[in-house]
Amino acid sequence: MKNYRLQLMVCAGTACVSNHSLEIKEALEREIKNHNLENEAQVVQTGCNGFCGAGPILVVQPDGIFYQLLKVTDVKQIVEEHLIKGRPVKKLLYTPPEEKTPIPKLSDIPFFAEQTLIALRNRGLIDPENIDDYIARGGYKALAKVLTSMTPDEVLNEIKISGLRGRGGGGFPTGVKWESCKKAHGDEKYVICNADEGDPGAFMDRSIIEGDPHSVIEGMIIGAYAIENVKQGYIYVRMEYPLAIKRFQIAINQAREYGLLGQNIFDKGFDFDIEIRRGAGAFVCGESTALMASIEGKPGEPRAKYIHTVEKGLWDKPTCLNNVETWANVPQIILRGGKWFASIGTGDVSEDPWGGSKGTKVFSLAGKVNNTGLVEVPMGITLRDIIFRIGGGIRDGKKFKAVQTGGPSGGFIPESLIDLPVDYEELTKVGSMMGSGGMVVTDEDNCMVDMAKYFLAFTQAESCGKCIPCREGTKRMLDILEKITAGQGTEEDLVLLEELSNAIVESSLCALGGSAPNPVLTTLKYFRDEYEAHVKDKKCPAHICRQLNTYKINEKICLEIGHGCDVCKKYCPDGAIIGERKKVHYIDPAKCGKCGACYDVCNFNAIYIE
Amino acid sequence: MGKLKIEDLDKISESVRKRISLREGAGKVKITVHMGTCGIAAGARNVMTAFLNEIEIHNAKDIIVVTSGCAGLCSKEPMVTIEYENQAPVKYIELNEEKVKKIFDEHVLHGKIVPEYALSIGSERIQ
Ligand SMILES: Cc1cc2nc3c(=O)[nH]c(=O)nc-3n(C[C@H](O)[C@H](O)[C@H](O)COP(=O)(O)O)c2cc1C
Ligand code: SF4
Ligand code: SF4
Ligand code: SF4
Repeated sequence: MKNYRLQLMVCAGTACVSNHSLEIKEALEREIKNHNLENEAQVVQTGCNGFCGAGPILVVQPDGIFYQLLKVTDVKQIVEEHLIKGRPVKKLLYTPPEEKTPIPKLSDIPFFAEQTLIALRNRGLIDPENIDDYIARGGYKALAKVLTSMTPDEVLNEIKISGLRGRGGGGFPTGVKWESCKKAHGDEKYVICNADEGDPGAFMDRSIIEGDPHSVIEGMIIGAYAIENVKQGYIYVRMEYPLAIKRFQIAINQAREYGLLGQNIFDKGFDFDIEIRRGAGAFVCGESTALMASIEGKPGEPRAKYIHTVEKGLWDKPTCLNNVETWANVPQIILRGGKWFASIGTGDVSEDPWGGSKGTKVFSLAGKVNNTGLVEVPMGITLRDIIFRIGGGIRDGKKFKAVQTGGPSGGFIPESLIDLPVDYEELTKVGSMMGSGGMVVTDEDNCMVDMAKYFLAFTQAESCGKCIPCREGTKRMLDILEKITAGQGTEEDLVLLEELSNAIVESSLCALGGSAPNPVLTTLKYFRDEYEAHVKDKKCPAHICRQLNTYKINEKICLEIGHGCDVCKKYCPDGAIIGERKKVHYIDPAKCGKCGACYDVCNFNAIYIE
Repeated sequence: MGKLKIEDLDKISESVRKRISLREGAGKVKITVHMGTCGIAAGARNVMTAFLNEIEIHNAKDIIVVTSGCAGLCSKEPMVTIEYENQAPVKYIELNEEKVKKIFDEHVLHGKIVPEYALSIGSERIQ
C-alpha cells in the first residue's frame, strides 16, 4: 500500500453530487497527476458531510482543512497552493456569517464542533463503498463481540439498558420492541429496516445509508441474533433514493463475500441474510403495517393494529421493524455498553423505558437558518443551541419566529419555548414531536397560517383514504385554511378548525391522520393573533397571503427614483395600473386582483403593501 | 478475500489503518514539514520525501506527515516539527537526508529526541 501523506475527502452525498462534486473529484485527480503528486495525495469519496448548505465540500486530511462551495476552477489553486506549498487557500475556507476571519479546520467550525456523533460517527471518514474502511473504524467488532461472548438475552439486555428509542417517529423503546418480538410465538421471524423516509426535505436516513451502510447492516445482524429465529431481514428503501439503494447493495454484496451475511457467520452457527425492497413511493408506506403490506406485494395501506406487528407482521410472522438511525446506533451500544449510551441525554430509563431520551438524534436543519444541513446532537440539547449555535442563527439578520420539529405533521414551537430541551416527552408536551428529525425554522417573514396550510396540504394529499376522518376531515380543514388565507374566513372557522383537528386525531386509523392536524393545532395555540388578523382585520401580518394585501405605490419613489419606469404596468394582468412613462403611477384598487406581480417587478421598491 | 474469521477483522484493520488514521488526524507521531517559499527553496520537498521514504522502508504505522507554511526562521530551513505522542513538540533545523534518517530511527520510531539537530523543545502557542 502506498504511503499517502494527504487525503482529499470529497463529499459524494446526494446534495454535493448534484452540485458537481464528482467533477471536482476528477479535476483533483487530474491536477494531482499533472504535478506528479499521485504517490503523495489520494482522493477519496465520502458520504454526506452534513453541511450541505456549504457544498460541494472538500476536506484535506490529516489537517482537516475544510473547503466549501467549490468549483472545478478552484482545484488548480488548491493543488498548487495547499498540496504543494502547504498553504490553505483562504478564499475557499468557511467564514461564519457576520465575521471576517475564515476558519480553516473542520473541527473548529461551530456547525461541526457542537455536534456529537454516534449514528454518523463515520461520516466523511470512510469510503462507503469499501467494507475495509468500515472495519478499520471498528466495524463488525460489535458483531464479533456478540457472537463470541454474549447470549441473545445479554444483547437484548444491553439494548434495554441503553434506553434507545425508535428514531423513525414514535420513539418506542427498542429493547421493549425486540423483547416482544422475541417472546412472540413462531420459529420464523423477520427484521426490517425502514428507509422509506417520506418527509419532504428530510434526509437523515439517506445520509446514513449513503455514508455508512454497514453500520445499519451490522445493527440488523445483531438484532436478528438477539431476537432469535430470524434468518431473513429486509431493507425497505424509498424508490427515489437510487444512490442509497446502490450503496446498500454494494455493502450487502461485500458483507456476503466476507461471510458476514449468509450461513454460519464467523463460524458460530448463526445464519442471517438481508435483501433490499424498493418502496412504492407513497408517504404512508413508511407506516409499519402499510410497509409490510407493500413488501408482500399488496397495496401499501395501513391496517388496524389490534394485533401488533411484533406478533403478526410480515407474512403474519413476528416482525421487528426499526428505522435506519435506530439500527445504526446498535453496534456502538454493543461496543461501548448500554450504560455509556444511557449516560447521554435526559431522564432515567433504568425503571421505565419511556422515562427518558437517551443518546443522540440526527436532525435535518432547514428553512431560514444560516447553516442548513444534517446535524447529530445529544438528546436534551436546547432548540436554541441547535438553531443559533449549530445553525448559525437566522438568515439575513431576521427575527426567529418558530421551529417545526418532527416532519410535516409536527407542531410549530414558538420563540417563548426556544429553551426547551430536545426530548421525546418535552416535544410532545408542547404539541409537537421528535418524529424522524425534520426541523424547519421560520422567521418573521413567514405567515404561520400559510405554513400550517402548506404542511396540511402535504399530509392531506398523502392520506391513503382508507378511513373517513383522515380522508374527509383533512380535506375540510384545508378548505377552511384556503378560505382564511383568501380573506373569507370567519371566527367560527377557527372554532371549527380546532374541533375538526381534535376529531381527526382521536379517530384516525394510523398516525398519519393522528398527527396531521398538529401544525394547525400548534399555530392556533401559539399564533392565534395571526389567525385573528386574517379573519377579523382581513390582513396577513407577514404579507404572505396576497389576497389580504393592499398594494400601493409610493408616489415620491416612483417619480423621483424610478422616473415612472412603467415596468409594473406591463406586468399587471388586470390593467389596474394607471400612469405613463416619466409620470407617477397609481393602482386602481377596484381593478387590482392582488397578484403581487407589480410588487415583485418594481426595481425601485416603490410598491409597498399596506 | 473470502469468508472472514474474527481475527481477520484486526488484520484488515491493521492494513487499512494507515489510510484511516491519516483521516482521523490522529497518528502516534506527527511530522510537520515547514514548506514556505523559503523552505521549498532550501530543499523542504526533499526532506519531506525522505520522511515518506523512511515510513515506507520501515512500514511504519500511525505516523502522519503534514505540511505547513514558513515557521518564521528562514535561515534555518529546511525545518520540521516532530510531535511524538505525549511529548512536547521538537523543532529540527537545517535538515538533509542523512539527518532525516537518524531523526526517523531515533525520534519518530522510538521517541528519543536527537538533541544535536534540535532547535528547541516545546512550541509557541497559537491563538
Ligand atoms: C404515515 C407514516 C409514515 C411513516 N414514515 C416512516 C419513515 O419514513 N421511516 C421510518 O423509519 N418510520 C416511519 N414511520 C414510523 C413507522 O411506522 C415505525 O414506527 C418505525 O419505522 C419504527 O421504527 P423505530 O421504532 O426504530 O422508530 C411512519 C409512520 C407513519 C404513520
Ligand atoms: S389515517 Fe389516513 S393514512 Fe392512515 S389509514 Fe386512515 S386514511 Fe389512511
Ligand atoms: S415599476 Fe415602480 S418605479 Fe416603475 S412605474 Fe411602477 S411603481 Fe413606478
Ligand atoms: S397586484 Fe397584480 S393586479 Fe394588482 S396592481 Fe399589481 S400587478 Fe396589477
